[in-house]
Amino acid sequence: MMPELGQVALILGLLLAVVLAVVPLLGAQLNQPALMAVARPASYGMFVFVAISYAMLTHAFMVQDFSVAYVAQNSNLELPWYYRFSAVWGGHEGSLLLWVLILCVWTLALAALSRSLPDRFMARALSVMGMIAIGFISFTFFTSNPFERHVPPLADGNDLNPLLQDFGLIVHPPMLYMGYVGFAVAFAFAVAALLDGRVDQQWVRWSRPWTNVAWGFLTLGIALGSWWAYYELGWGGWWFWDPVENASFLPWLVGAALIHSQAVTEKRGTFKAWTLLLAIAAFSLSLLGTFLVRSGVLTSVHAFASDPERGTFILVFLAIIAGGALTLYAIRAPRLEPSPPTRLFSRESLLLANNILLAVACAMVLIGTLYPLVADAFDLGKVSVGPPYFGLMFTVLMAPLVVLIPFGPMTRWSGDDVGTVFASLRTALLLAVIGGAVWWIVRSGLTLKAALGITAALWVAFGTFAFLRRRWQLRQPGRPYFTAEMVGMSLAHLGVAVFVIGVMFAETLNVERDVRMAPGDSAEVAGYTIKFTELRHHEGPNFVADEGVFEVWYNGKLSSEQHPQKRQYLRGQVMTEAAIDAGFFADFYIAMGEPLDNGQAWAVRLYYKPYIRWVWLGALMMMLGGFIAACERRLREPVKRSAEAPAPVTEPALPALPERA
Amino acid sequence: MWRALIPLIVFALIGALLWSGIGNDPTLVPSPLVGKPAPEFSAPVLNEPQRSISKQDLLGQPYLLNVFASWCPACRVEHPVLNDYAQRGELTIYGLNYKDLPEDANRWLAQFGNPYAGILVDPEGRIGLDFGVYGAPETFVIDAQGTIVYKHIGPLTPADIETKIKPLLQGDRSS
Repeated sequence: MMPELGQVALILGLLLAVVLAVVPLLGAQLNQPALMAVARPASYGMFVFVAISYAMLTHAFMVQDFSVAYVAQNSNLELPWYYRFSAVWGGHEGSLLLWVLILCVWTLALAALSRSLPDRFMARALSVMGMIAIGFISFTFFTSNPFERHVPPLADGNDLNPLLQDFGLIVHPPMLYMGYVGFAVAFAFAVAALLDGRVDQQWVRWSRPWTNVAWGFLTLGIALGSWWAYYELGWGGWWFWDPVENASFLPWLVGAALIHSQAVTEKRGTFKAWTLLLAIAAFSLSLLGTFLVRSGVLTSVHAFASDPERGTFILVFLAIIAGGALTLYAIRAPRLEPSPPTRLFSRESLLLANNILLAVACAMVLIGTLYPLVADAFDLGKVSVGPPYFGLMFTVLMAPLVVLIPFGPMTRWSGDDVGTVFASLRTALLLAVIGGAVWWIVRSGLTLKAALGITAALWVAFGTFAFLRRRWQLRQPGRPYFTAEMVGMSLAHLGVAVFVIGVMFAETLNVERDVRMAPGDSAEVAGYTIKFTELRHHEGPNFVADEGVFEVWYNGKLSSEQHPQKRQYLRGQVMTEAAIDAGFFADFYIAMGEPLDNGQAWAVRLYYKPYIRWVWLGALMMMLGGFIAACERRLREPVKRSAEAPAPVTEPALPALPERA
Repeated sequence: MWRALIPLIVFALIGALLWSGIGNDPTLVPSPLVGKPAPEFSAPVLNEPQRSISKQDLLGQPYLLNVFASWCPACRVEHPVLNDYAQRGELTIYGLNYKDLPEDANRWLAQFGNPYAGILVDPEGRIGLDFGVYGAPETFVIDAQGTIVYKHIGPLTPADIETKIKPLLQGDRSS
């Protein structure tokens, strides 16, 4: 009964999505306020029904209703309740329902918080959200219904994939979807603006926090996925250039470009067409990611079961949404007024460089990811380009981006003097070079490339500090020293520096050793002494495990005791549960390989991973930067219904100081 | 006007590409070798350079030739599956250590287990070339007469073995 209720709620949600997609849009075209006013109630209603539907599926998992096929596939009687809660999104069908729910949350937030924007504009934007909801609800309902019954009901279910029985994977998909779907807001704004025929700085200003928040969530989702892969897959790597990882990375890159181009459009009124295009691209790439993961056109470690029908559905949907938006763009963009020319050395040019580099990097990752399809289509055989391609190309493209970062905030809009900007960054450059050199000398084993990378990272860090110091020196009474926007930007840029340092160390100084160890043995790796003291049997709720007890000694002191496990789940899967002695400057990673000599000894993986935490710390700082910048009060101020003329910057610029980006 | 059309055109091209990919099982590559006698091979055995295994040595019983390498992450995914089936004696699996170094391969096997009845060493990928190997992992099913009856690209799952490989082998044994 309850699952049917969930199904009915989903259908009602779909009907409301249709109402939302059609009525307000019609109202906006015909200028009928009564029709436009439907947008908000329809958004609220859609959310309520989808939430009910989602709650019903969760309920089915909680009460172990194995008459529901999806529950039977992804849960069993031994599964603890918290994994049953997260098992709702452990498979294809349920994770789609979560996608839909999050889309409805964003629509709800947009409807509730947008009262200061013109009704006509919001009616169109919410309609676009409705169209997206139609696509995803009907995709869920017609091709991947999670409420389908299994007749006769099973006594016990299968099991949730053990890889997913883990905290990292409980939170990873919701965060990732928050990011993916969050770009729908910027997309809806862009389409509404194109329908409107003009790009007001007011909507750009108003959409900036939304983009920042979506991008922040996406950053967090990707970082969680990477962290999970690191400790759960047992290989010690943190990024594999796997198609599914790339699928989330594509919208991230475009989203980063969008954040910067929106800043330019909002402040200077330029880059309008480009901002629209990036907003369309960010969400289209999120859809493309969904397609790649769920259609089975590419092989990946974590792809969902391949199904041509589902693939066709998403592709048609993608063609309608992205194709429609781009067609609208092709018609309307030429009518946008051209951007006023700017001098070559200006904040605009630097941000343009940022956008181009990020967009090219995105194209590079896209080409690399789709290459197997290209090769297949032209009969070149099944080939995929591996990590070497991505590693090289990405470094080549990102190096100039990183080097350019400190210039951006220091350079004034519409033109600045190269010499002045250089002079203000001279100290930062000097400190970065000294710091990089010292680090290179102190830590033997760093390659020249790594030393250069660290120097670049320090350059970003010191350059950011130089900007903050400058800002402080030129403070004026009665005005905030640092706005949220500025703090967020600086934090995100520092995050880039921390991330680069982490990558450089983790890639060049890591030590990976595989040794045969029996209880009582000890091994030395990278200055650590590892003692294998005991091998014992461990029983979990739905698995049994061989558990090793290892002491990690460093500098003659006991650092920690670790318990890596080799788990055998009751449903047959074998999993390696690595144990990590985590530290700010280095991780020590222990994983049980295979038993040797009839279980007398084990092949044990001992990995030394210096600075690996910095990789995720940097990502977290970028995320936090995105969130903080979204708190900028100026962006939430009620917008004046101004003409679209390229408005001057609203606040007088500080003397000899760049406006904030 | 023209410039504004570029994104749409790019998107259309990508869309067409994706369309062509739908329904093609990415792990299924039509191999011209399926149904033909396996290419002749003779290669030294890992850790026993003086011994070698040739196609003739393996005639008389069906076996799997699994292309693996220590540098191949997907091989780690399928490896427990191979270990399982080899341990239960359900499959005879020979390994082709493809474009790899012996010391890397040994370390890798110590870590992940060794399901192979014998491992052929193919450091330059010559045998791989004869078999039309695109990458690792790939698995060839070769029957008692030395004919390739199936080729699998990508990691093997228990489902692949049960539904695609075992039926072929059973037919072979009974005949």
